[in-house]
Amino acid sequence: MTISVRVNGRDRSIAVAPYHTLLDVLRDEMGLTGTKECCLVGECGACTVLLDGRSVDACLVLAVEVDGGEVTTVEGLAVDGQLSAVQEAFLDTGAAQCGFCIPGQIVSAHALLAATPSPDREQVEEGLAGNLCRCAGYEQIIEAVLLASTAPQRPAPPVTPVTDDVAARPDARMAPQ
Amino acid sequence: MTDLGSNSHAPGASHGPGASPARVGGRARVTGDQAYVADIRLEDVLHVKLVTVDAARARIERIDASAALALPGVRLVMTPAELPQPMPRFGPQMRDRPVLAVGETKYHGEPVAAVAAETRDLAEQAAELVRVACTPLPAVTSIAASLADGAPLVQEPSLRPDDALGGTNVLREHRYAWGDVAEAEAEADLVVEGTYRFPMVTQFAIEPHAFMAAPDGDGIAVWSSIQHPNWLQRVLASLLNLPLAKVRVFAPDPGGAFGGKQHAKYEPLLAFMALRLGRPVRLVLTLEETFQAVRRGAAEVRVRSGFRRDGRIVFRDIDADYLIGAYADIADRTVAKGSYTAAGPYRIPNARIVARSVLSHTVPSTAFRGFGNPQQIWAVESNMDEAARRLEIDSVELRLRNLPRRGEPFIPGDTPADGEWADTVRRAAGLIGWGEQAPHGRGRGFAVGLKSGPTTGLSYSTVRLLADGSVVVHAGTSDMGQGARTIFAQIAAGELGAPVDWVTVVMGDTVVVPYDQQTSASRSSVLMGNAILHACREIQARLRSMAASLEGVDESEVVVERGEVRIGAERALPVRDVLTRGLGRLGGEIIGVGEMRKEAEPEHPLGGTAAFYEFNCTAVEVSVDEETGDVTVERHVTVSDVGLAMNPKQVRGQDEGAAVMGLGHTLMEHYIFDAEGRIRNLGAIDYRIPTSMDLPKRMESAIVENADGPGPYGAKGMSEGALLCVAPAVAAAVRDATGVVICDLPLTPERVWRALGERDATEQPSQAAPR
Repeated sequence: MTISVRVNGRDRSIAVAPYHTLLDVLRDEMGLTGTKECCLVGECGACTVLLDGRSVDACLVLAVEVDGGEVTTVEGLAVDGQLSAVQEAFLDTGAAQCGFCIPGQIVSAHALLAATPSPDREQVEEGLAGNLCRCAGYEQIIEAVLLASTAPQRPAPPVTPVTDDVAARPDARMAPQ
Repeated sequence: MTDLGSNSHAPGASHGPGASPARVGGRARVTGDQAYVADIRLEDVLHVKLVTVDAARARIERIDASAALALPGVRLVMTPAELPQPMPRFGPQMRDRPVLAVGETKYHGEPVAAVAAETRDLAEQAAELVRVACTPLPAVTSIAASLADGAPLVQEPSLRPDDALGGTNVLREHRYAWGDVAEAEAEADLVVEGTYRFPMVTQFAIEPHAFMAAPDGDGIAVWSSIQHPNWLQRVLASLLNLPLAKVRVFAPDPGGAFGGKQHAKYEPLLAFMALRLGRPVRLVLTLEETFQAVRRGAAEVRVRSGFRRDGRIVFRDIDADYLIGAYADIADRTVAKGSYTAAGPYRIPNARIVARSVLSHTVPSTAFRGFGNPQQIWAVESNMDEAARRLEIDSVELRLRNLPRRGEPFIPGDTPADGEWADTVRRAAGLIGWGEQAPHGRGRGFAVGLKSGPTTGLSYSTVRLLADGSVVVHAGTSDMGQGARTIFAQIAAGELGAPVDWVTVVMGDTVVVPYDQQTSASRSSVLMGNAILHACREIQARLRSMAASLEGVDESEVVVERGEVRIGAERALPVRDVLTRGLGRLGGEIIGVGEMRKEAEPEHPLGGTAAFYEFNCTAVEVSVDEETGDVTVERHVTVSDVGLAMNPKQVRGQDEGAAVMGLGHTLMEHYIFDAEGRIRNLGAIDYRIPTSMDLPKRMESAIVENADGPGPYGAKGMSEGALLCVAPAVAAAVRDATGVVICDLPLTPERVWRALGERDATEQPSQAAPR
């Protein structure tokens, strides 16, 4: 079937198989390889993207479920070539080592900061708990998120702040990550 | 070999070595632009899926590919029949690993066939349709089972015809000894012994291994997440009967490797498939398949140490079995190297170490950060902690009484201690506040770890100073997150007077980049770093002669260093100035070639002495929930002797990463097998690695920099040290907090809880009572 989805601000119309995941479609059909494939069971967070403003594991979302929706991947975070505050902070603190988990970490961080603009350390640890990193002790990643939370506001891609009350959003497609 | 700058102060400026400029390649990593192997698109590529059987060991009766081949879009089902006869074999230590299992599968997950199809979906479907008739066979998956009388042999005896151990599952036995342990027994006031077990764990890089192969003119091109591109090139050239110059290995920066991507795995299979098909082929492993491709050796280590009343070590006697997998890979080398330094960074007049590599029907173990040392250090440092208690000597003090001074030999015939290791010990002790009372209910533990660096080495680098003063560095190191690109850029920038962002570092293409032996053993800062430095020196020599000629002075009056050309005592010109004038109207560039070589020493048990040592102290403070057995690391202090940190931010990232990785095998990671030898916890749900919720409440890392390493500006290699002694430090802290002594890793809540239960049941006297 064909789905219509806005990805990183661009409207796409794409044929997908019913069993394809959003991750498959992003990487294989749209050439957006910034989102990574690792565990494929929603544990590692390497495939984290924003779907209608919520962070989700793209490996757990069927492509057909994003019909009519809006997806933001790591490639869509910079605005007019300018890195987001989170991206800049990740550079400043040296958070990216091998870099493979980093797109997912950054997207999760965006979602966290949209919901909790001034998190404390514990909130950052919990907010990133679904993003595994094997290179870092996580310290520089956590520092990056805390640093980003102090950055002056910049134009950012659409991230709908998510309330905890899922039931209040009848059009919510996905269970929380 | 000249001494290249171990005494010279690192070039300053905000970008030179010692500063922490932004990671080269950092921007691409935060934008999603960084291309790992799985991100690279090849035209007309076929997707490959491995076919395995659900058994630890099985005799392959028949492979029926007809149903798979009948699927439109399936182009090939590769079986042993389609490969050269006899089955080609490869492996870094012995050529035992077949390209596909032949006759029988020897571990759960060994591929028996592989399909190639037009899409990933088709390849997955086709793999399911390949019918493999097989008979499960008895499998040995533990040390005891492999060594038992009558145990089935893992390896065909014909592979080791002249080996006395050829009819056993012991691949090799290593023996190291000095002094006389038997005689020394009489001198010991206290003998402490114990048996310690280290689990089977897997690297779990977030990037699963990925491979592609494509015909390339009259040769082949291979893409791999490999750490050793030149080694892979050699393996493929040999298997395919091609000259090296016709085997092009592309090695994009791996997404984490930790040793698990050092050696060839499925590249040979893909190469044969690509040549057979005349088309590119692509295989990206699932995370589960990576668990079935690479792991660390498990071990059982028995240690007996004799001490004098004052804490001095009289003897150390170690007997160790490492459970390696079905094929040697580089596992036996990890046993040899890890065991050689097993007695520890101590003055020990009498030592005997026996270590065996024991084959088993399990995933072939390979290199993994620490390279055979963590298993021994777990045992020996736990033994030291035990001794400290029984001697009633402080745990830190016991180490200090036995550490050699810098320059003092401690393993006869090998490199002496190359650091003031007591500095590292005191720093760690100071940071955790050792000697002060821990907060109520908490316990503290301390341990040290030593690993020897590379024993041989060969790295070449080409550095090109372009006409505008920008620089290209060619270096065959693999940057898998440790930040090699960045420090190489810093060295060239500092030496040639270019800003770091005017330096391009080219890696990962054997046609373009000169030879590098490998990326392992924390070697690259030293070996490749020095090669780059040497290349820069050649360029500086050219600049010197250019300047002399331009200025009409003798070369002896010109000094080129730190990006500056100094003429006499008075004048200093930027490199760029001399370069532009010197190159003249035709322009061009100056090319420098550097080589760093550490020759083999065939008489040495390891083939060479240690280029340097990694030395680390880890001190932890824990609290233990007695209801659940949950161990919380309240504080984690890790201090490493790095010589000089060329990029402190990156050094910190590596040390803290290593520390947390160490907490993984200490507290949670282990393979779980069923009775038939099949792995039950494949994948991320049931194999736990530390998350952001599992971190020490307070992590503190520090480094000791005495500029006493053999690398540029006094650097040593680093990035394995902080993992080495995490386990014994945590176990010592658990003991301090609760009184329980646990000798098997990991210290899962269940294991700790049971030990607490046993403690309570036997009602130990309060000498070891919990606080």
